[in-house]
Order: sequence, then structure tokens, then C-alpha cells
Amino acid sequence: MTVIDISSLETTLSSDQCIKCNICTASCPVAAVTDKFPGPKAVGPQMQRLRQPSAPSYDKSVDFCNGCGVCSLVCPHGVQIAEMNAVARAVQMDRDGVPLRNKMLGRPEPLGKIGTLTAPFSNLPLALPPLRWAMEKTIGIHRKAPFPSFTGKRFRKWFKSHAPENLIGRRKVVYFHGCSTNYYEPRVGKAVVKVLEHFGCKVSIAEQNCCGLPMQSNGEFDAARELAKSNIAKLMPYIRENYVIVGSSTSCTLALKHDYQNILGLQGRDVEMIAKNTFDIFEFLDDLFTEQTLNPQFRRIKDAVFYHPPCQQRSHFMGQPATKILRRIPGLSFEVSTADCCGVAGTYGLKAEKYQISRDIGETLFAQIDRHSPSRVLCDSETCRWWIEGHTDVESIHPIELIADALPR
Amino acid sequence: MRKQFTEVLVIGGGATGLSAARDAVMRGFKTLLLEKGDLAHGTSGRYHGLLHSGGRYVVSDPHSARDCIAENRILRKIIPSAIENTDGWFVTTPEDDPAYADTFLAACKAQGVPAEELNVDVLLNKERLLNQRISRTIRVPDAACDSFDATHILAHDIKARGAKVLLRHEVIGLEIRRQKVCGVNVRNLLTDEEFLIETSMVLNCSGAWAGNIAAMAGGFLKVTPGKGTMIAMNTRLVNTVVNRCKLPHDGDILVPVGTVSVIGTTDIPVESPDQYPIEDWEVEFLLNEGEALIPGFKKFRALRAWAGVRPLYDPTAGGKTESRDLTRSHAVIDHQARDGVGGLLTMVGGKFTTMRLMAQDLVDEACKQLRTKRPCTTAETPAEAPGTKHYYLAQRLNRWEQSHAQHTALTDPIICECELVPESKVRAGIEASQSKILNDLRRDTRLGMGPCQGGFCAYRANGIACGMLAQTPEDAHTTLAQFLQERWKGQRNLLWDHNLRQLELDQNIYRNLLGLDHTVDTADIELYPTEKTA
Repeated sequence: MTVIDISSLETTLSSDQCIKCNICTASCPVAAVTDKFPGPKAVGPQMQRLRQPSAPSYDKSVDFCNGCGVCSLVCPHGVQIAEMNAVARAVQMDRDGVPLRNKMLGRPEPLGKIGTLTAPFSNLPLALPPLRWAMEKTIGIHRKAPFPSFTGKRFRKWFKSHAPENLIGRRKVVYFHGCSTNYYEPRVGKAVVKVLEHFGCKVSIAEQNCCGLPMQSNGEFDAARELAKSNIAKLMPYIRENYVIVGSSTSCTLALKHDYQNILGLQGRDVEMIAKNTFDIFEFLDDLFTEQTLNPQFRRIKDAVFYHPPCQQRSHFMGQPATKILRRIPGLSFEVSTADCCGVAGTYGLKAEKYQISRDIGETLFAQIDRHSPSRVLCDSETCRWWIEGHTDVESIHPIELIADALPR
Repeated sequence: MRKQFTEVLVIGGGATGLSAARDAVMRGFKTLLLEKGDLAHGTSGRYHGLLHSGGRYVVSDPHSARDCIAENRILRKIIPSAIENTDGWFVTTPEDDPAYADTFLAACKAQGVPAEELNVDVLLNKERLLNQRISRTIRVPDAACDSFDATHILAHDIKARGAKVLLRHEVIGLEIRRQKVCGVNVRNLLTDEEFLIETSMVLNCSGAWAGNIAAMAGGFLKVTPGKGTMIAMNTRLVNTVVNRCKLPHDGDILVPVGTVSVIGTTDIPVESPDQYPIEDWEVEFLLNEGEALIPGFKKFRALRAWAGVRPLYDPTAGGKTESRDLTRSHAVIDHQARDGVGGLLTMVGGKFTTMRLMAQDLVDEACKQLRTKRPCTTAETPAEAPGTKHYYLAQRLNRWEQSHAQHTALTDPIICECELVPESKVRAGIEASQSKILNDLRRDTRLGMGPCQGGFCAYRANGIACGMLAQTPEDAHTTLAQFLQERWKGQRNLLWDHNLRQLELDQNIYRNLLGLDHTVDTADIELYPTEKTA
């Protein structure tokens, strides 16, 4: 069995550190709204002691963990709770088989390829209520779960045809755009490229594939490892040429920074180099401004927006760099969300049995948005944006799009 | 004083006593068992959990090895749900002589213990934490046995067959008439009531305490309590029994039993079976031995240290020799022949794995003295329903998860989170025992045996027990404090890293948050052995 290898064994054995203090459970957004999830302490370090590699076991409540990772962050004793849960889910799926629904949600890339080829027609089925009802009954994707629309022109196609502003930039950046930018929201990628080039970076887009996180969180570790290894192989030549990897999806970059090693258990110098040289777009910009003592000027934007930092951004240990940069835009007023989580957690909230849980988690955020009635919601993570837009009817964009707008013309 | 009568009276509610009572009642004797504490309160409840294949003894004690392999096969059939079929391995670590494995294999063959040397990768791929420099691996049919489960199954079976089991009843004296024991004076430790039980035959199965009973008959029986200390590691570092492939020695075995893995043991003669503190050097020694099997062993959480007392019998003490085969690890003492007092037989020595055989030998002798011929049927008759499966670790998780999946709300909340004991189990345990002693509940359900050692379940269980048994608040506070002291006792030798933090949290919950120090005088609370309540 390859699901648990020696490095995930270290994760599972971190249950030794748990003294049952319940801080994780008190911070868990899922446990707060449902009894179906007994909480991170229960399904993590507690049940870990009762799991047995060789024996069949019915171990399903761990699947209600939405993977937000707050438990691991708040644990004062270093128990890798969220990581342990991801491993336990993968072991369970390895034993029982991965449901078709999870396999679909785990593969945004092949879906995206077909979807973009046939857009806008490919967007029709998802808008048809009877079909959505049938999808819920057959494969378990909730009929109300919001999906993004496929775009006709992929981001990579646009990039190849765009005239770079900066060919000999001071900083060399390889942009990890991820699946969502390529197939659904090329506008985010365009904004990233525009901003990076404006600030003197040479931007390249390496050959790349899905980061593997959707597969990982849907329980397919082996397949996710293959994607990870492929990305490492494709990105390493750039690292050797002193490029840094910059991403605009906090979940993709977290996979590169953390999950490849700490959840999928990959080891070696390459994966460490990738982790060390991967940055979130705002983390990168903030560093760049500090390093080069830049004092960038932005155009005045008279607008009131609402910023929701995605929950998994906390696992980057970088604070909220987007707020630092947004603050530089004259005229812009923005509220920062105090909600822990929007609820969707990647593909979690799309699933029929979890949709209501995700809605209930999101209520806090939706109420805040409603109170402030912003013109737009800013959020760094694509699945959060789609979820928020679907439940508040407020347009949701990546904060980099606003920055790109505010660049002097 | 009220009187009762029984044909056979067994003293001791451990593995030996329960097996003897089962044997006697199955041979048609009216049988009664007395235990001054709870089931498995003594040595049985403090053992490492190994069901011997006999491998451990093939070289040093071939007779025991043959007994062990035979009984290993029988116990798997008669108490299946207490046994996990883990298999066991004898491994040659860099610290062990590689040639011993050949001696070992030859001895296994000679004594009929199935043993097979396999490529080391077979084991090392399965057990990822084991020392990668292990050079030889031999598989034997060792297994893990939970002694609390085993004794509960036996007690249940005995009662179903019509025998009586009296817990918390202490023997205070023997009635001897015309050089024959004809009754036992008993005190109920919970009510202080004293009474006489008349009997034709007393079977003394009190293990390390056997000398006390023998003394009541005027005999001198030297049973030296041999302290064996072991340490439960917080998780199962291995899922199969791992033995060092060398002559039996201290700290040579790691047994996965239930949620923990137990490293054992030491072997030190002590004066009293009631006073045998664990020494720091024993802990240090055992953890160091663990390092030979699992590099980095000391970094894992050592959860609890405890010791049991083996009933080591010294036949030469007191200037008398026995007619029994002294090479055997257990022996039946006939006090008629030895001290001139009839109606009393004492079982000395022995081991958990051979409990049934010991009982058979003991009751055979009892039959002889009672001049009756009744064949032993314990080996062929399971103590559990036909089709009962072996224990496996994920069992509890499975059961809870399956019931949880059927409900949208938590209908049966977890009381002991570490060992996954739901409220229904706690209530059933208290209902059956009617005991307010939380330690009894622990032995019934494993409550409080996990990493937090009662930190989060003791007050919950205490509340349930208080309500069910209509305790006064003072009573309930004392019960709680007793339980906590007993739990904390096992952590005292292991106070570094994890356990230190755990104990600090637990003590703060009870002493500062709940104010236990203000409600009971903790200094007055008596610990082991009787957990007697005021």
C-alpha cells in the first residue's frame, strides 16, 4: 500500500502530542455547525489510535473534515490534525474505492479541456435544473452548488499571443496559474501578468498541470502524487535558472509549499526547493516592494469592497498581504471579513451530503457581506469566490484584478 | 452470622481463579468464587497482554513451551473475542547474537512450536518503525490477549453456568475442623458484613497473595512476589508481537494490545504483593531496550507504567519439598500432604497463557481428594457464543462509526473519548456492577485508559454513576478523587514531554477548575489494593 508511506506515518504518529485540550474542536468551522463531524480532535488524534492498517474499517466521519487546516494551526502541541485527517480519508478511499463524484471533482483539468472546447454550450447543462436534480440523485453533486462558467479562450492561449511588456525584467517569475485561471477565469491570469510586468518582472508560464489538491482532498493520493511529481519535474528547470514560482490561487500554492511534502509525503531536494521558492502573488508583491523600496502609485478607485481572506491562506503563515497592497489604492474603502471560512472548502460544499453544512458555515460571512453591501467581494481563492457569489449575488473577484485596474495608465 | 454453602470455593478473581471456577462448575460442582477486589484486580489485570506461542520458552523451559502452544490453540477457541490474532516475530537486532536464531529454530521444532524464518523484508515492510538493521526474522503464532476482556468473558460464562462470583469480598479466616478446612469466613468490603461460607474444597488461586491464605491454614508457603514492570506506549508502534531473538531477558518484548503497545518487562523479587513501587531505572531500562527494536523509541509517548507481581513459588523455603514435578512452571500444593490440613489446594506459579491447564490440574486434584471422577471439558467448550470472532483494533471505531452514520444528532455521546466509550456502555457497566468505584467501570469498559488518563471522562462518568447509584455528593467526590489518584499514579514515572503536559492539564481541570482539593482531603484516600470506600 502506498497511501501511507513513512513520512505520512510521522504525521499520523503526531497523535502522541495530543493532550485533548479541545482547542482544535473549538476552532473548527465544521464541528460548529453539524453533529455529523465529531470534530478534529475526535477524528484526528483520537481515532488514529483505533485505526489499523490491515483490518477493514468503517471510518467515514473523517470525510466530513473540510480540510481548512485551522486545527493544525491552532494546536499548541504540534499535532498535524488536518494532515492526519487527509491521510485517514485517503486510506478509507483506498480501501472502499473512490466514488465517481469524487473522481470527477478531483479532475478539473480534463473537465476543463472538454468544457472550454465546447463553450458556451458546455455551460448549459449546469444551468438546467432537471439535469442538476438528476446529477444530485445519481452522482451526489448538490443541485444548488454554484459552478463557474467555462470560457471560450484559455488563459494559456491568450498568454502566448500577448505582447510582453517586459522581456528582461529584474525578477524572473514563473506563473503557476492553476486550472481555474486557465479554464474559467483567464481574467485573473491576465491581471497577474499585467501587474507583474508593470513592476518589472519577466513572466513565464511553464508547462504545468493541476496541482493535485482536488485529487488529494477527494482521497486519491496516488494519482495526486503523480500530478505533483509531474509539476516538480516541469518547474525545476526554472528554479535552476533562478526563477521564483508565483501563484494566484492560495490553494494551488499551498499544495506546492506544504502539501506535497506534509500530506502526500514526497521527499527530496527538488520538492523542498519548489516549496521554498513558491509565493502567493501578494506575498511576492509585498516582498518586492520592501526589497526594492518601491512606493508604487495607484490610480484613485472610488469603491467600497469587502475582502475575505480564504481560510487556507492562514496555513501560508504570511498574514494578509493583499490588505497591505489594497490599502495603497486611494479612494478604496474595504472591509475585511472576520468570518473563519466561507464553507465550500474546495469541492467539499459541492457534495450533496455536505452542501447544507457548507451553507451553514458560510452564514456568518454572508451576513457580514449583507451588512456592508459592498460593490464587490474580493477573495484569493477561486472556489470561495464562486461559492460567495452563488450565495450572495455579489460579484466576487480576485484582489489582483482590482490592483491591475488601479495601475497607472 | 448468615451461612452459605458451596461445594467448591475458589479464592481469587484473576485468570487462574476464574478458570478454576469455570472448570469446577463445568464438572458439576456447586461453585463460588471470592475476590477481594474486582475481576483481574491483581496480576492478571497488570500483565503485558501476550498470548504465548511458547517461543519465549523453547530454549529455557521446554515443558512450559509445550504447555503454551497447546493452550494458545485452545484459548483462541474458547475466548476468541479477547484475543487478537497478531502473530509474533522473533527478531535478531544488532545487539543480539545472530547464531541464537538457529538454536531457537531447532528448539521450536523439537517442542512443536510452529516457527518459520522469512526474509526480513516481509516484516520490515509491514512494520515501518522497526530497526532496519534487524538481520533475522522468525514468525511464530503469538497473539495479543486483553486480560480484562478475558476475565469478563470467563466470569460471564461461570455465572451463566450457575456459579456465584462475589467481588469485594475478602477472606478473613478459614474454619478448620478435624484437620480439614470446612468453611471460609468472609467480609464484604463494601458493607463490612461478615459471614461464613461452608465448603468441601477450597481452591486457593490468589496468586502472589497465596501465602496469606496458606498461613490461615497454619501452613507456611513461600510465594515470592516477582515484580514485573511494563510501559504502555500511547499508540501501536507495531501491529504484531515483536520478541528479541535471544534467551529470555528483561525488556525483550513489545506487544500491541488494544490501542497501545506494551514493552516489558522487568523481574525483581519484592517483599510484599501490595507494595512495589516502580523504580526510575526500570523505566529507563525498558525505554532503552525499546530503542533496539525501534530506533527513536524514547521519542514516542510513554503513556503509563505499571507493575504486576508474579507468584513465584519457592519449593525449598520452609524446609519442605514437594512431590510435584518441580520443573513445571505451575504446581498444585496439597496442604493435606504438606501441612496436614485437608480441603485446601493452592495453585502456585503459572502464567496467563496456561490458565486453563492450571485450572484443569487443580480441579483434577480436587476431584481426587473428593473421591469423584469427573472429566474436564474446558478445552472443548467455548466460553463465548459460536461464531464469535477474534478481536481487532478497529472494532470499536467501526461500531461507533456505524451507529453514528445512522443518526443525524449525537444520540449516544462519547464519555471516554480516548477509548471511544459511549454513554450507553458506561450506563450498562454501572447497571451490571452496581459499583460506584470508577476503577471497576474502567476494567469493564476501558474508560480512562487512553492518553488523557481520565482527564476528560472521569467527571462525566462520575456524574452518571452518581445519578444512577444515588450517591451523596461527598461520596461522589471521594470516588472521583480515588479514580484520579489511581490514574495519576501510573503517570508519575513518565513525567516529561507529552505526559507532563497532560498531567498538568488534568490536574488543573480537577484541582483548580473543579476545586477537587476543596471537596475532599486527597491525602486520606487509600489507593491500591482495595479502593475501599468509606
